[in-house]
Amino acid sequence: MIVEGRAWCFGDDINSDLLYPQAAFGLPLDEAVRYVFRANRPGWVDEVQPGDIIVGGCNFGMGSARTAGALLRRLGIAACVADSFASLFFRNGVNTGLPVLSCPGISALVAEGDRLRLDLATGIALNLSTGADAEGAALPPELLATLAGGGVLASLERRGLIAPLSSPV
Amino acid sequence: MSKRPLGHTPPVPDLRPLTAVERILARTSGSPSVKPGDIVVCAADRAVLLETLFMPNSLNWRDPLVVAAPEQAIVVFDHGVPAPSPAEAGAMTRARTFCERFGIEYVDVGSHGISHQIVAERGLARPGELLLCSDSHTCASGAFNTAARGVGGLEMLQVVVTGGTWFVVQPTVLVELTGALADGVEGKDAFLALASAYGSADNRNLEFSGPGVAALSLHDRRTIATQCAEINAEFVLFPCDATVEDYLADRGVERGSYAPAVADPGAAYDAVWRLDLSTVTPQVATPGAVVGNVIAAADAGDVHLDQCFVGSCANGHLEDFAVAAELLRGRQVARGTRLIVTPASQQVYLAAVRAGHVADIVEAGGVVTPSTCGACFGYHMGVLGDGETCLTASTRNFKGRMGSPEAQVWLGSTRTVVASAIAGRIVDPRELAP
Repeated sequence: MIVEGRAWCFGDDINSDLLYPQAAFGLPLDEAVRYVFRANRPGWVDEVQPGDIIVGGCNFGMGSARTAGALLRRLGIAACVADSFASLFFRNGVNTGLPVLSCPGISALVAEGDRLRLDLATGIALNLSTGADAEGAALPPELLATLAGGGVLASLERRGLIAPLSSPV
Repeated sequence: MSKRPLGHTPPVPDLRPLTAVERILARTSGSPSVKPGDIVVCAADRAVLLETLFMPNSLNWRDPLVVAAPEQAIVVFDHGVPAPSPAEAGAMTRARTFCERFGIEYVDVGSHGISHQIVAERGLARPGELLLCSDSHTCASGAFNTAARGVGGLEMLQVVVTGGTWFVVQPTVLVELTGALADGVEGKDAFLALASAYGSADNRNLEFSGPGVAALSLHDRRTIATQCAEINAEFVLFPCDATVEDYLADRGVERGSYAPAVADPGAAYDAVWRLDLSTVTPQVATPGAVVGNVIAAADAGDVHLDQCFVGSCANGHLEDFAVAAELLRGRQVARGTRLIVTPASQQVYLAAVRAGHVADIVEAGGVVTPSTCGACFGYHMGVLGDGETCLTASTRNFKGRMGSPEAQVWLGSTRTVVASAIAGRIVDPRELAP
C-alpha cells in the first residue's frame, strides 16, 4: 500500500481532545469534522485537501479512545505518519481504514507543503520534495489487510455480523 | 508471519519466560508463548460498553446481527448521567433496546456509576483476565491484576460480535515500588512522581511490583493504574495480593475462581523503574499534559483558582470524599473559587451521604453532583469557561479537556485540590493551617 500526498506538520504530543473535541460529540460527521484541530489550528479544516498527509511528532493522538481516524478520513486525509503514535490512535487508525505509519525521525525531515510517499508495507517514508527518506515500522499483513478492506465496519458488514448501513438502526 | 525456515523439523515451542501481561495475552490468544512485536488476536473475558457508543451519528456503532458472548458483556451509562441532552437520552434508549434484544446486562440511571468503578464494585475486574472498554482509562482495572485497556469504540463493536480483537505485544517495564506514602500524600502524587522521574511509557506495558505495593491501598492503586493512561502506557498491571483477594471476596468473587497473572522467573523486561514511595511529596502537573509538566505543589506559585474538582474514575472514590470532608470540616471554600465533587458511582454517593461527608462538603460551600464522567471531560456538571483556571483531581489536563480551550487545567491529588479550594490558589496541602 503506497500513499502520496502533501504534508501538514503538527509537532509533538497532539492529543485526542485536539483531534476530536468533546464539542463535536454526537454531531453529524460533516459537522463534527469542523472541530478537528479547532483549538490548536483554527481554520485548518478549510485548507486541508483530500489526499493530504498529516505529519506528527512524538505520541501523536495521545489520550482518549475517540475515533479521530474517522474524522480525518472524512476530511480526506490519506495517511498519518509520525515519529511515534499513541497506541489507541494507531489502533483507531487501522480500524477506521486510515493508513498510519510510525516512523521515528520523520518530523525532522518534512516541512509543511512537502510531498511525501509512504510505503506502508515496507515502512519507507520518502520526502519527494527533498529526497530525504526514513524507515519506519512496516505494517504487518494482517493490518494491511484491514486497511485495504476499509476498516472494521466494512469487514464486519462483509461477514454479515452487523446491519448494513442502509438498514434502519 | 513465521520467519522459521521451511522444510525443517517441527519448531520447538518457544519457552521464553513471560511477563504477567504476556501471560494474559498468550492465554487469551490461545498461544503457548508471545513476544514483543507479535500481533495476537485475543478473546476478551469481559466487554464493557458505554452509552456514548449509541449516540446519534455514532461513528462506532451499527446494530449487531449476532453477539458472541452476551454474558461477558455489560453496558454502563456513565459519560453523561443523568442525560444532559436529548441526544444522550436517546443514546440510552438505544442502548437499552440493544441490551434487551440480546440479553445483555446494563447499568441504568439510578444504579449507575463510572464504568471502571462499576466494574470494581461488582467484582467484574478479575485477576488474570482481559477486560476491554472504549474508554482510555480502562487501565484503572489493572489494580486488580486485570489486563484492561481502552480500545476504540469501533473495536468494542468488533469485540461484541466476534468476541475479541488484535493487539501488538509491546515490551514491558517493571515498576518496583518500595517504602510507603507519608500521611497526606496520595496515589496521584506517587503517579506524578513516577511520571516526573521516567516520563512517557511510550506504549509499553507497566507491571508494578515490589514491597511498596502492599503498603498502597487499593484506592491508591486504582488512582495510579488509571493515571498511567496519561503516560501512554499499554497494559498496566498490579499484582494480585491479599488486598485484592479480600476486596473481591467481599463482592462474592471467591479465591480460586480466578487465576492471577504472575510473571515467570527470568521474564525479560524492557526497563526497570524504581520509586521509593516514602520520598513522594505533593505534586501537581501544569496545564497541557502530564509528561514534562510535573512540579512540586509548593512550587506552583500564586495560581488563582476559579474551580477545583474532585471526581472521575481516578479520584471519585469514597476515600476521596473522606479526605475532602475532613479538610473542609470547620472551613470554607475561598470566595471566588468553586469546589465541585462528583462521586464515581451511586454506591459511593450513598456511602458518602451516610458517612456525613456530603454534609461537610456542602456546609463548606462545595457542590456535590450526581455520579457522572461529567466535568472530567468537559461535558457537564462543571465545565470551564474562557480564561478560567481549574485544579482537578480527575484524570487529564489537556487543552480544552474540561471545556473552553482557553481554560487552564492543573492536576493534583484530592488533598491538594481541596486544600487549594480553601486557599483559593494552588497550595501544598501540608501548608494548610490546622
